[in-house]
Amino acid sequence: MSMTLVQVVVSGLLLGAVYALFSSGLSLIWGMMNVVNFAHGDFVMLGMYAAVMVWTALGGGPWASAPIAAFLIGTLGIASYFLLVRHIMRGPMLAQILGTFGLALFLRYGALFAFGANFKTLPDNLVGHSFVLGSIRFEGARVLAGVVGVVVTLSMHFMLTRTMLGSRMLAVSEDATAAQLMGIRPQRMQALAWAIAGAATGIAGALIAMFFYTSPTVGETLSIIAFVTVALGGFGSVLGALVAGLLIGVIESLSAYLIGPVYKDVIVYSVFVLVLWFRPQGLMGKT
Amino acid sequence: MAKVFRRTLLAGAALTSVGLGGAARAQDKTVKIGAVYPLSGNSASTGNYAKMAMEMAADLVNNGNPELGKIFPLAKGGGLSGLGGAKVQIIVADNQGTPAAGQNQSLRLSTEEKVVAMIGAFQSGITMTASAVAEKYGIPFLNAESSAATLTERGFKWFFRTTPVSTDFAKAYSVFLKEQIAAGQKAGSIALVHENTEYGNSTASAIADQFGKDGLKVTMNVSYSANSTDVQPQVLELKEKNPDVVIFISYTSDAILYSKTMKELNWKPAIMIADDGGFNDPAFVKAMGSVTEGLISRSVFAEGKPGSIPFICDALYKKKTGGDGLDDVSGRALQGIFTLLDAINRAGSTDPGKIRDALRATDTPPDQLVAGYSGVKFDATGQNILASTLVMQLRNSQYVSIWPASRATDKLILPYKGW
Repeated sequence: MSMTLVQVVVSGLLLGAVYALFSSGLSLIWGMMNVVNFAHGDFVMLGMYAAVMVWTALGGGPWASAPIAAFLIGTLGIASYFLLVRHIMRGPMLAQILGTFGLALFLRYGALFAFGANFKTLPDNLVGHSFVLGSIRFEGARVLAGVVGVVVTLSMHFMLTRTMLGSRMLAVSEDATAAQLMGIRPQRMQALAWAIAGAATGIAGALIAMFFYTSPTVGETLSIIAFVTVALGGFGSVLGALVAGLLIGVIESLSAYLIGPVYKDVIVYSVFVLVLWFRPQGLMGKT
Repeated sequence: MAKVFRRTLLAGAALTSVGLGGAARAQDKTVKIGAVYPLSGNSASTGNYAKMAMEMAADLVNNGNPELGKIFPLAKGGGLSGLGGAKVQIIVADNQGTPAAGQNQSLRLSTEEKVVAMIGAFQSGITMTASAVAEKYGIPFLNAESSAATLTERGFKWFFRTTPVSTDFAKAYSVFLKEQIAAGQKAGSIALVHENTEYGNSTASAIADQFGKDGLKVTMNVSYSANSTDVQPQVLELKEKNPDVVIFISYTSDAILYSKTMKELNWKPAIMIADDGGFNDPAFVKAMGSVTEGLISRSVFAEGKPGSIPFICDALYKKKTGGDGLDDVSGRALQGIFTLLDAINRAGSTDPGKIRDALRATDTPPDQLVAGYSGVKFDATGQNILASTLVMQLRNSQYVSIWPASRATDKLILPYKGW
């Protein structure tokens, strides 16, 4: 295998970990409440702007901006839950779609108004320079985002499957009324899920901003990938989102390199359709 | 499904917001012109710069500027003299970066707003659909910045284009590169990297054709989907094959990603050329100028000598934008709207047919232009036959003119430095 091919696979894996990072929040909300958050991409976008603001106002890198973005977008998640989601969940499915959709438009055009249409980028030395390991190049910002992506999705997975809090959350998603009878407060659990999802999404945005451009419409570009990742991984399975993210990243990179960049989406979506054909619940979803 | 659904909603939302803004009561002596530009979507920053050029042109005609008025009759103030001082109102509509929205907006401008002429729409693919509506309703459509050659090959009767097209640019690149080879520069292998909508495809094929005729070797032709989330595989392929020259044909978002990724993966060609597009967006220059030192691009705008029309317009535009001067796109947009306003003024009427006749009779000398063309004069297809381009190089985050020698302000520096 040529070194370039190894480099392509490594880039694909890092890219995939980033895809997993910004999809995990969507997966959690989906699994917890059966709500499709169409505003997810715009949460990522706001996380990215948080990083841009932290840098322009305070000169801070990811160590400052990731916690700040986590706090801000986590708060936005709670606010979205109490002000919007809680109410539209009582309505039909269409109301949920339109509701989070409206939120997406509100956030996107709010950002257009507040930050302007111009593309913003951060200097590439905030995370540290790229390094070479056995002739494979690693970019600091991408490695950081990839590692955090794996850590965040794994800890979210363990929180859901190994802790009391996770069990309570899953109980609410299985049967809210029964959970309530057991002394769990469904609304508190759901608000918490939105907070955790928002925080993870904020971190994702802050780290992606280190190597990507930031603009009000960037959420639109990223959200399609997030939806595909979550659907491929299995609705509600955070671990599935990690596996699917890595898979999509590698398939995308390899097909772009070997066949041609213009065909990479065709290949990714063909694999996507094929997997769902045989496993409609996704790679790691529950039947 | 979700995506389609979302687009529909977006279109609806934009329609409402723009409709409210444009609903100002029409006055008796107002000439309404429709402008279709990307105010949202991934080319929104470019579109907003074009919008400011439109507003500035209307302001110059309506309120005048004493300094510019002396050398440029349109800027004397008091409205359009040919129509008894009628004021100009430009209704800017958002094409949202999609051909469908562009079509809807130009339909609305033609039927609801009853504009007498239209200008737009930046992206070639959108100009394609928007101008088809104008053609159907018999309204002159002036395109100032879309370079796909096919646009003037449709046999349209109401379509005019002031900008040079991809074949003109291809010729310019070819002559430019051959001069560099003659001067001892290596350019034996050339890679074309282009986005795959109308703009990228038609420009890439025009360049490949022209280079083929002129004996320049295009060894790689990489087509990619615009607004990618990742371009690392493309850059790795370039790094592996290591061509001497790379020509990028990209919009802003991808231009940023390519520049960032090339630095990340530590690869640069000896000559890096960008076919304008995203690489000339002031937002790109501001964000990426420090890692693309020595990038070569084309532009029709150079500010020129103090006291000249482009120099004064550049200063006025800076005042309007709060610091950003005219660039290739805003310069061409401003030139386009000036040409259209001049034609309406000469027509002395808001009748679309008379405006079209006036456009056909246009013959503007270079000293009356903002853009660096050799003039404005349309052929039977509506193409400006006097359109030409300058080749620029990025120096300390600013484009300076380096070719042709007769209009260069600075000397070319090779190889490409990057970061």
